[in-house]
Parts: sequence; C-alpha cells; structure tokens
Amino acid sequence: MSEPISALNHASYEGIVKVEECGLQGMITLRGDLSDKVLAKAVKDATSQKVPGQREALVNGDTGVCWMSTDELLVLVPYAEVEAKLAAMANALSGTHALAVNVSDARAVFRISGASAREAVGKLAPVELSTEAFQPGQIRRSRLAQVAGAFWMDDAETFRVVCFRSAADYVFKLLKVAAQPGSEVGFY
Amino acid sequence: MLILNCPYCGVDAEETELAAGGEAHLKRFGPGSSEDEFHDYLFMRENPKGVHFERWRHSNGCGKWFHAARCTQTLEVFGTYSAQTTEPPKEIREAISAKRPGWAWREYE
Repeated sequence: MSEPISALNHASYEGIVKVEECGLQGMITLRGDLSDKVLAKAVKDATSQKVPGQREALVNGDTGVCWMSTDELLVLVPYAEVEAKLAAMANALSGTHALAVNVSDARAVFRISGASAREAVGKLAPVELSTEAFQPGQIRRSRLAQVAGAFWMDDAETFRVVCFRSAADYVFKLLKVAAQPGSEVGFY
Repeated sequence: MLILNCPYCGVDAEETELAAGGEAHLKRFGPGSSEDEFHDYLFMRENPKGVHFERWRHSNGCGKWFHAARCTQTLEVFGTYSAQTTEPPKEIREAISAKRPGWAWREYE
C-alpha cells in the first residue's frame, strides 16, 4: 500500500497571516434526510456531535460535522479512522434512504491564522465577514476567486478552508497573494 | 450587482456565486405534443422590461435550484422562493402587486 500524502504536503507561507496546508483530513459526505433519527444517531456515533442546523459547523480539531445544504452534511474524522467510521455509518444507515461516501482524498484543507485572517479570506470570497455576520460555529460555502470552496472559523483568528484537491495549488497561491506582507486593508 | 437570498441556505448570495437558469415555470412539451407546442416550448421566451420570474442555482454554495422574482429594469428583487412549485406563490405575487400595481407576466398578474 502506498503512503497517502496530502495535496501540498503541509506547505506553508507566512505573511500578514499564516497559511498552512493542514495535511490529511478524513471527510465523509453524508446525504439524506437531516431530520431522520437514524441519520442523527450515525452522526453522533461518528463525531459525538448533533446534526448541525442551517450553516452550522460543529467542529473540534479534526472531528466534527458541517452543514452543507438542506440534505447534505460534511462529516470530519481523523484520516486514519475514516474507513472504520464510514463502515459503521453505512451499516447504521443501511435501512435508510441516505448515502455516505469517503471523499478524504478528493479534498484539501488549509488553515489561515492571524489577526488579519478575516481580511485574507475576505479578499477572495464574496462573503460578508464582519464579526457581526460571521462567527466561529458557522460555515459558508462560496467561491475562492474562481473555484468552489467552503470555510469556517476555529476561533476568532483562525479560518479553515476546504477546497477540491485538484484546485489545492491554485487556492494556496491565492491565499499567498492575499497574505502578502504589507497588504493589510484594515477593513475588518 | 444582483444579490439574491437563497431560500435553502439563507445567505444573501451575490451574482457571481449563482448560475442563471433562464425563465421560470416553463411547461414542458415533449413526445406526443404538436410541432407548434414543441417549438414554443423550446424557443419562445418572455423578454419583459419589468417584472420577470427566473430560475437560479446557488452553484458556488449549497448547489440548490430556486426561483427569483425581480424587475429587469431596476434589478429590484421582489423575492426568492423554493423550486418545488409550478407557479409563483401568493406572497410573492402580493409583494410584486404592492410595488408594481397592474403587473402581468404570462398568465399571472
């Protein structure tokens, strides 16, 4: 078995904020009826979190669950556990109209940390990122310049950005430009 | 810049996050229909100056289709609503009537 390596293998850049590729992250796309009790229990067993409400992200480190749409969740688990968690989930959902798929190797994850983190992300996504509008615990699916991406905040100065693995290099370059020294805007 | 509220994820999404899907509430004429009906279904579209109903997709977001009622002249948005409907809901039509008395679009007014 070959050794799995993340898209940019922990590349990092330090500017007005620190941009890091987070390495491997287990991710399961779960689609189904989000009000279903069986589905809620499967999510609870995998992540010990409840089913998130609209645009909620209940994430603790590399485990958690994010609301992606009215019938889709993104379940985050440690990369090493993804196969076991997925099997348990598929087993629990076998009698339900639901679908769980391992998408870990189709994605890349970045961490943006620093006092200007809101600015760096705000330069790339058409999203209101003021402290009143966007807070830790929320997720937003949007675009990062020309590619789709989603992000949430781990704390007041840290963003986590998820994009497709095929676009990882593009997104990293975008984030590097957004984090260039001297490029603070001072808006947020 | 057009800003539409996605009825599924509740965000005010601006135009570049969305994909336009053309005129709303089309009735499909497929196999078994007359040539005239099929022609009209394929090619004949409303092109109003004023109130218009459209389909949009929140493509860089939740990925869901929804409907929007807006004015093509002023870009004023009267409201957005679920895709699971075959005609504009009552509250949307009332919202338009409040701002554009006497409006008409296809068979709706």
